[in-house]
Amino acid sequence: MTAISEAASDQYDQPATRRPEWVDGLWLIAPTLAIVVGMMLVPLLAIIIVSFWTQTGFDLEATWTLENYALLFQPEGKLYRILIVKSLWVSLVATTAVVVLAYPMAYFMAFRIQRGKLIWIILLTVPFWTSYLLRVFAWKVILGFNGVINSGLKAVGIIGPDGLFEKPLEFLLYNPASVTITLAHAWAAYAVLPIYVSLEKIDRSYLEAATDLGDSKWKRFWRVTFPLSLPGTIAAILLVFIPTVGDYITPTLVGGPSGIMIGNSIANQFIKSNNAPLGAALSCVMMLAITVAVCLFLMAIGKKRLKGADI
Amino acid sequence: MAAANTNSMISLRAVTKRFGNFTAVDAATFDIAAGEFFSLLGPSGCGKTTLLRMIGGFERQSTGEILIDGEPMGTRAPNQRPTNMVFQSYAIFPHLDVAENIAYGLANRPVDKATIARKVAAALEMMRLDGLGNRRTNQLSGGQRQRVALARAIVCEPKVLLLDEPLGALDKKLREEMQIELRQLQKSLGITFIFVTHDQEEALSLSDRIAVMARGKVLQIDTATALYEHPNCREVAGFIGNMNFLEGRIAGVEGGLAAIEIGDGQVVKVPANGQAAAGGNAILAIRPEKIDAHGSATAPQPGTNAIRARARASSYLGDRSLILADWRNGAAPVSVSLQNRKSLSGDGSSGIGIPGPDSELWLTWPVEAGVLLTS
Ligand SMILES: Nc1ncnc2c1ncn2[C@@H]1O[C@H](COP(=O)(O)OP(=O)(O)OP(=O)(O)O)[C@@H](O)[C@H]1O
Ligand SMILES: [Mg+2]
Repeated sequence: MTAISEAASDQYDQPATRRPEWVDGLWLIAPTLAIVVGMMLVPLLAIIIVSFWTQTGFDLEATWTLENYALLFQPEGKLYRILIVKSLWVSLVATTAVVVLAYPMAYFMAFRIQRGKLIWIILLTVPFWTSYLLRVFAWKVILGFNGVINSGLKAVGIIGPDGLFEKPLEFLLYNPASVTITLAHAWAAYAVLPIYVSLEKIDRSYLEAATDLGDSKWKRFWRVTFPLSLPGTIAAILLVFIPTVGDYITPTLVGGPSGIMIGNSIANQFIKSNNAPLGAALSCVMMLAITVAVCLFLMAIGKKRLKGADI
Repeated sequence: MAAANTNSMISLRAVTKRFGNFTAVDAATFDIAAGEFFSLLGPSGCGKTTLLRMIGGFERQSTGEILIDGEPMGTRAPNQRPTNMVFQSYAIFPHLDVAENIAYGLANRPVDKATIARKVAAALEMMRLDGLGNRRTNQLSGGQRQRVALARAIVCEPKVLLLDEPLGALDKKLREEMQIELRQLQKSLGITFIFVTHDQEEALSLSDRIAVMARGKVLQIDTATALYEHPNCREVAGFIGNMNFLEGRIAGVEGGLAAIEIGDGQVVKVPANGQAAAGGNAILAIRPEKIDAHGSATAPQPGTNAIRARARASSYLGDRSLILADWRNGAAPVSVSLQNRKSLSGDGSSGIGIPGPDSELWLTWPVEAGVLLTS
């Protein structure tokens, strides 16, 4: 008997002999569940446990202590506090920039492209064909002291003895701004897709109805299009914000001393400073900070809007 | 009873819409009077929606001009026209509740919050939606959604309300209820309604006047009775109700009556319309219920048309019986609908009875019941 005919005959079985539905469901999610437990939950638990241990020399001392967390509230922990706040801030600015860039792109694809949408979607993924590292590195090349922008400005004479600036611009690279720019560029494509999907889903008759009821194009956008695209926009915001807070490749390459973020500091604890428990505690605090930030964000959007948006 | 140009709410002047080289609406020219319930009726794909959308401004006509209340609409957008639309899919905003949906258009008016609230409350009451103002729209029944869509358009107090098959998504019973409501609503508001439907009964029962369309052309504009009794072409006659067509040649015209030779030496008479001329081809159209069937022994009365026929099949439908009768080799059979006034015996063999297969019949009808179609 095939699986299909088995399932079909299921409904004629007596309730007493039927497998409960959740057992079937469990089978379906089993592979995913195994991956989630094995690759995420276990490491996460390990991090949480380690964050309550201490490091002595090269050994981990498995006695429970809150010292790692206490450090963050002491004067010596000021650097970490600043880094967490700064990381949240840089991510927030980058996320805002990403959404502001991605929304018009998604809008264009959803409403202006009539044919060959697939080609546009494929074009959108072209940047992903190179690695993240390379894309970040490209910005280093663009923003650097002898980089594309500076040599370009030199070539047209804006930088030079008679130009507006005497020396190549140093403020382009190695600061929080360069980190933000790079992050925004690297993540923009991730944001376009969910926004595009939710715009594409909007029934065109809603737009016609809004116009019919007197809305101008601009008004209609804010009263109908934008609210109905909120699910995708929120997804895009979370999709970009959450991973960028902990990013450490971008700040390492283009951040310089002033551009480092909490991710660099955490990596340092594990690799250079050899203080895994402190690194683990910082990770936990960062996760907590992100959770709080996301919750505040969702609360600000409001329950009612979310309910309407999920249709 | 075409509306006079002076007090017409809508004037279409040779309005044409082409998609590529396909003509969806072909030179529509007619007027709709203020306060009229006007229907666009026609088979699927005949251009009803396209015409309605041009009036609403959602589609731009290729050529021609549309005037609403005397003003040429030109390229005006829908939000610049004194019209509102009830969409076939209702297009009720899913992110707003019922009251917010109804208030949507009012927010674009220079009215204060209190007035909006009052108007919304009045609309809710009028559409029998009281107490549903805070309902989410996905918790509404089909009929309620329909009424929300209506209320949302009506609170804007348009001069013309455009309705694109608004009852199409409802089941039969609800649709009949809504038809009555719609008609009452139109009467009490006095707004001009333009109503698109492909359901002829709906159009006949609701409308003051109906435009019958086919293949982008407006074929005839008339009241329900006139369309049914005096169709102006074969297409309209066939589209509305059932019709028999007897093809023949005009033998002569005399005293307002045309004599038509329909083959086998049989001649029938029909009121001549203006263009009837002897010698031309003609079609006599006659409704099944206007024909009477007699057993072959009965002699036809003078002053009525009578043709010989042979019953092919009959069916008993309770209130009436349908007979299909062959009257000439090669011609389509004539269908006759007889009211079953007298009660039949259990086996249907007595009373006026249904003629059995192959029985000889006289089919008769009053001269004035037929319609002459010259096209
Ligand atoms: N945007 C368009 N591009 C090309 N052809 C179109 C377009 N819109 C409509 N048509 C064509 O115009 C014709 C009339 O369409 P319309 O929607 O007006 O028909 P309708 O009478 O409303 O039919 P229905 O009763 O099925 O709704 C159809 O043949 C349709 O294919
Ligand atoms: Mg249509």
